Amino acid sequence: MSMIRKSMPLGHDPMGRNRFSEKLILKNRKSMIRASTLSLVLALLIAGATSVLAAGSEADFKAAYAAAEAANKEAGALRNQWTVTAAALADAKKAADKGNFDQAIASAKEAEALAKASIYQATSEKTLWKELEIR
Amino acid sequence: MRTATYFASAALALAALAFGAVPSAVAADTPNPPTDAKAFRDFFTQKFPTLKLEDFVNGPYSMNEDMHRQWEEKEQFPPYEFSVDMGKEMFSKPFKNGKSYADCFPNQGIGIRQNYPYFDDKEGKVVTLELALNRCREANGEAPFSYVKDEMAALTAYMAFTSRGKPFDIKIPNDPRALEAYQNGKRYFYTRSGQLNFSCATCHVQSPGQRIRAEVLAPALGILNAMPIYRSEWSGMGTISRRFTTCNSQIRGVPLNPQDDEYRDLEYYLSYVSNGLPISGPGARP
Repeated sequence: MSMIRKSMPLGHDPMGRNRFSEKLILKNRKSMIRASTLSLVLALLIAGATSVLAAGSEADFKAAYAAAEAANKEAGALRNQWTVTAAALADAKKAADKGNFDQAIASAKEAEALAKASIYQATSEKTLWKELEIR
Repeated sequence: MRTATYFASAALALAALAFGAVPSAVAADTPNPPTDAKAFRDFFTQKFPTLKLEDFVNGPYSMNEDMHRQWEEKEQFPPYEFSVDMGKEMFSKPFKNGKSYADCFPNQGIGIRQNYPYFDDKEGKVVTLELALNRCREANGEAPFSYVKDEMAALTAYMAFTSRGKPFDIKIPNDPRALEAYQNGKRYFYTRSGQLNFSCATCHVQSPGQRIRAEVLAPALGILNAMPIYRSEWSGMGTISRRFTTCNSQIRGVPLNPQDDEYRDLEYYLSYVSNGLPISGPGARP
């Protein structure tokens, strides 16, 4: 199916005005106000529910973030931190600041996995580096 | 009784073999800088048999004929010239206390680039030229320069310029700490790091002459002889510290601080294995 639009949307006026009548515009405005009110109520309900759920998620985020930070600190002691770990930690913090704890936890877990990979790399390279040496 | 004697002799022989083998295994792991340097040079000269030894200092420009021609043209109006002039002016201008850089260095700082880095037996560590310059400033009441920016690049550019053509002459004194610093530098050079799992050797030993994106990789032999460099990619000059830290971040590793022990030791190792090759700095790179 072609994605190219063959006609302009209903109500479009190439002169930049709306072709609908005053009556129709008024009717549309009323229904828009009703829809906005409903949206606002729904948004408030969702926000309430999220804040109840967030209490648990925030604790989970804090635990995940602490684990990631500890692993990254260990990588630092081995002089082998990765830039991507720092970026994932920053993403986690940013998401948590916005109250998006699901995303914050996911980013913190990613940071922890990256930090652990850098620890593994630093530990295994203690002997593996010799394999690259020119002899 | 005879059988017992045979077994005892055999056991003794095995023990002697085993004990004899231990020191040789240890000996194989003991750093041997002259042997390393020879193997290092042989590796590159065999990999690029048509390249003259002194041409290795020209990095990517030594790797193919077209690039070499570009470099020759570039050298007609070298992009690092402003930096040499700036460095010369800075070098001759006295500090507030009336002293100058010349007072901090042998031979007034002229024609000595090839002797840096050196192992300082009092400190028990490697001292690079960049470090010595900042120590000179601090000893004379001046604030240190950033290790990666223009002023430091200008000073080292001027000092390198006064040493052009002189072969690298890095010494490893008979001091276990110097040998350890050398070995640490070697280990750092070959150790993979960063998310991309690259070591310095991945690019500059395994892949010189090949492209990484649009860049042609330089061989590790002679790689520091041209420092500092004007890089078109940076639109400016860069020091050895800048080169090391950007290499780390390019492989997605968090760079260490400029002049941390690892970088000082790495510079010591890389300079030592390029002993005999002429200083060509300051250089220009794509």
